[in-house]
Amino acid sequence: MKITRKQFLQIAGASAVAAGAGKLVTAVGQTEPSGTASSGAKTRWGMVIDFQKCRKDEGCSDCLNACRLAHNIPQIPDRAHEVKWIWKEPYDRVFPFEQTDYTRQAFDSHILPILCNHCGTPACVKVCPTQATWKREDGVVMMDWHRCIGCRYCMAACPYGSRSFNWIDPRPYISHINPDFPTREKGVVEKCNFCEERLAVGKPPACVEACPNKALLFGNLEDENSNVRQALRARMCVCRQPELGTSPSVFYLM
Amino acid sequence: MRDRLLIFSGLALFVFFVTWPVWHGVAARTSAAGPKLELPKLEKNCVAPREYMRTSHMSLLINWRENAVRNNQLRYRAYNGKTYDVSLSRTCLGQCHGTREKFCDRCHSYAAVSGPYCWNCHNDIPKGVTTPGATSSGVVAKLTGSAP
Amino acid sequence: MFMLEKAIVGSRRYWSWVIFLLLLMSVGLVCYLRQLNYGLGITGMSRDVSWGIYIAQFTFFVGVAASAVMVVLPYYLHDVKQFSQITILGEFLAISAVTMCMLFIFVDMGQPARVLNVLLYPTLHSMMFWDMISLSGYLLLNALISVVMLHSESTGVPAPHWIKPIIILSIPWAVSIHTVTAFLYNGLPARSIWFTALLAPRFLASAFASGPALLILLCMILRRFTTFDAGHEAIRKLGVIVTYAMTVNIFFLLLELFTVFYSGVPEEVESFDYLLMGLHGNRHLAPVMWGSVLLGVVALVALLVPRFRRNERVLALASVFVFMSLWLEKGMGLIVAGFVPSPLGSITQYSPTAPEWAIVMGVWATGALMITVFYRIAVSVREAS
Repeated sequence: MKITRKQFLQIAGASAVAAGAGKLVTAVGQTEPSGTASSGAKTRWGMVIDFQKCRKDEGCSDCLNACRLAHNIPQIPDRAHEVKWIWKEPYDRVFPFEQTDYTRQAFDSHILPILCNHCGTPACVKVCPTQATWKREDGVVMMDWHRCIGCRYCMAACPYGSRSFNWIDPRPYISHINPDFPTREKGVVEKCNFCEERLAVGKPPACVEACPNKALLFGNLEDENSNVRQALRARMCVCRQPELGTSPSVFYLM
Repeated sequence: MRDRLLIFSGLALFVFFVTWPVWHGVAARTSAAGPKLELPKLEKNCVAPREYMRTSHMSLLINWRENAVRNNQLRYRAYNGKTYDVSLSRTCLGQCHGTREKFCDRCHSYAAVSGPYCWNCHNDIPKGVTTPGATSSGVVAKLTGSAP
Repeated sequence: MFMLEKAIVGSRRYWSWVIFLLLLMSVGLVCYLRQLNYGLGITGMSRDVSWGIYIAQFTFFVGVAASAVMVVLPYYLHDVKQFSQITILGEFLAISAVTMCMLFIFVDMGQPARVLNVLLYPTLHSMMFWDMISLSGYLLLNALISVVMLHSESTGVPAPHWIKPIIILSIPWAVSIHTVTAFLYNGLPARSIWFTALLAPRFLASAFASGPALLILLCMILRRFTTFDAGHEAIRKLGVIVTYAMTVNIFFLLLELFTVFYSGVPEEVESFDYLLMGLHGNRHLAPVMWGSVLLGVVALVALLVPRFRRNERVLALASVFVFMSLWLEKGMGLIVAGFVPSPLGSITQYSPTAPEWAIVMGVWATGALMITVFYRIAVSVREAS
């Protein structure tokens, strides 16, 4: 069969497009590996919060203060510009639309610490245009403050409201600067980093260490015998908005 | 020559602006002497050959940054086999160069290199802390109540 | 090639307008420098409402940019001869609108010096990366098409044959820029008011209503102040396009309202409740939404009646109403409403601050200046030929 040069070029071009299109579709659709079932990773850091042990009505803020001092988190009086990595909220706000008027009373007095969930399939990582936030092999969702362009797309994508933006220079609002950890500058987004700088030297996160009642458990979710896995086997737990497919690594024991 | 006034005043303005650096510098009495660096007292070797540090310390810093933040490589093996902690505040300043004022700023101010904004986030060594390698982690430990 | 020398010849009125725009741009620039110095805290945005009028304006003007397709498609694909005079106007409008979009994104960024990181570290799973690619591509396409077509008109030499496929390419590309912008929002399950497949069609419908409405007004302004007359037929046909698009747009809005309020799912209902009736006493956005609805309905009634639509005074007023209605709906209504209530149920009010408005007006003035200069050149070329 005789083929003209024009036909050959047309077929070659169409094949190239077809080959490239397949690759493009996979590349665009590729998100982080599934966080639900065991992905074969050796480590996946997770946290279990036992709010029966959390000293809810005594105004304890030890975990909050430990995080704040360890990471130079500013205390900005204007609520619009506040920066927070871990903070306390009433149960009804942490797990919205769950309770009815008949059931709400039992949960009314519960105040829980909430933080970044370091999701298995993080929405923020999916949308970041520069990979300034990414999911590390050991499950920690990281921030690179050198690369962040401050577009705040990750803040729009996070279903938990875990992220804060530096609307103004934070340094004047830091009570004690910890020289071992950088401050951040205006124009970048930040959030809980699971104390990755402490994990690197074998220490647990500051909030976990600071809790006087040992209400925060931290360990390797992939290790069947870790403290967190034992706790999750022993009691029923919930995590925040699991139906969204983010697969959080932070669990709340009932 | 109706526009004589406009032309000559424009010309005068031009000369004024073009020669600004010259007479402004003279008026400010800048000296021609070069920057005086305070070299580290205890460390005798740089993390990389001295000439490389002179020309490309920014490359080294960016490599350190990328590897430490994104690849979790927190130790650096130098050309002479010595290992260093990858940290701007603890190693570059704390272990070797003291404060930014004593070292980095000396050349940067002289050469008007204002680009690097490292210090907007990274901590300079606080005043009074002179021992290389010393940081105030003890202070933090006291504040958080955790043991050092 | 760019014939910019044609834009520096103009009447006193022309120069007064240009200087007014330059003044607005300077004020905007000064405020932007203050924002660079102080941080984005100078705006009314907050931890809860982290996108405000900058991103809202970006979303709206992407629509206006995409609407150039509404004159290009009928003329090049369906030989609608009446549009022969105004395709160039549509393309120039597209260029100015896309530039405004890019400026709005730029002023919204916390670290604008790092903007090239999006290209240095391409992230194929981020819609914002694709948005940058498609907007830049659209800008280049329209710039090339405008330069070539205007050049051919001014010299009298027919346009080169290779420009035709490029013009045809700009048609699906126009649809793609607004679809990608919709994807920015509707891929996020975190925000229920955005998490609908209907968002991209809604965006396109409102784009194809607001863009041609603006084009009608621009044609009328050109007819009033210059020798450029687009022709009654062209303006009438644009009016028909606006009518169809506005009908579809309002229909889509009613579809959304039915789905949300008939199903009664609390999470969905809350955002629309906040928009229309206010939530827990906070009625900040309700006047905006009702204003948009009122303007839109009045405009649609005027447009649907042929006798009214053919009256060019009524058409002008209806176009203004359509533009304002969609500006309110897409700008303030849709984007800001995505953040209220917050994921933790907080209701945070958002109002742009004075510096924010100044920067917004500076960007508008930049777009207006571009359109003024481009149209001045087009009119000169048209007069000469």
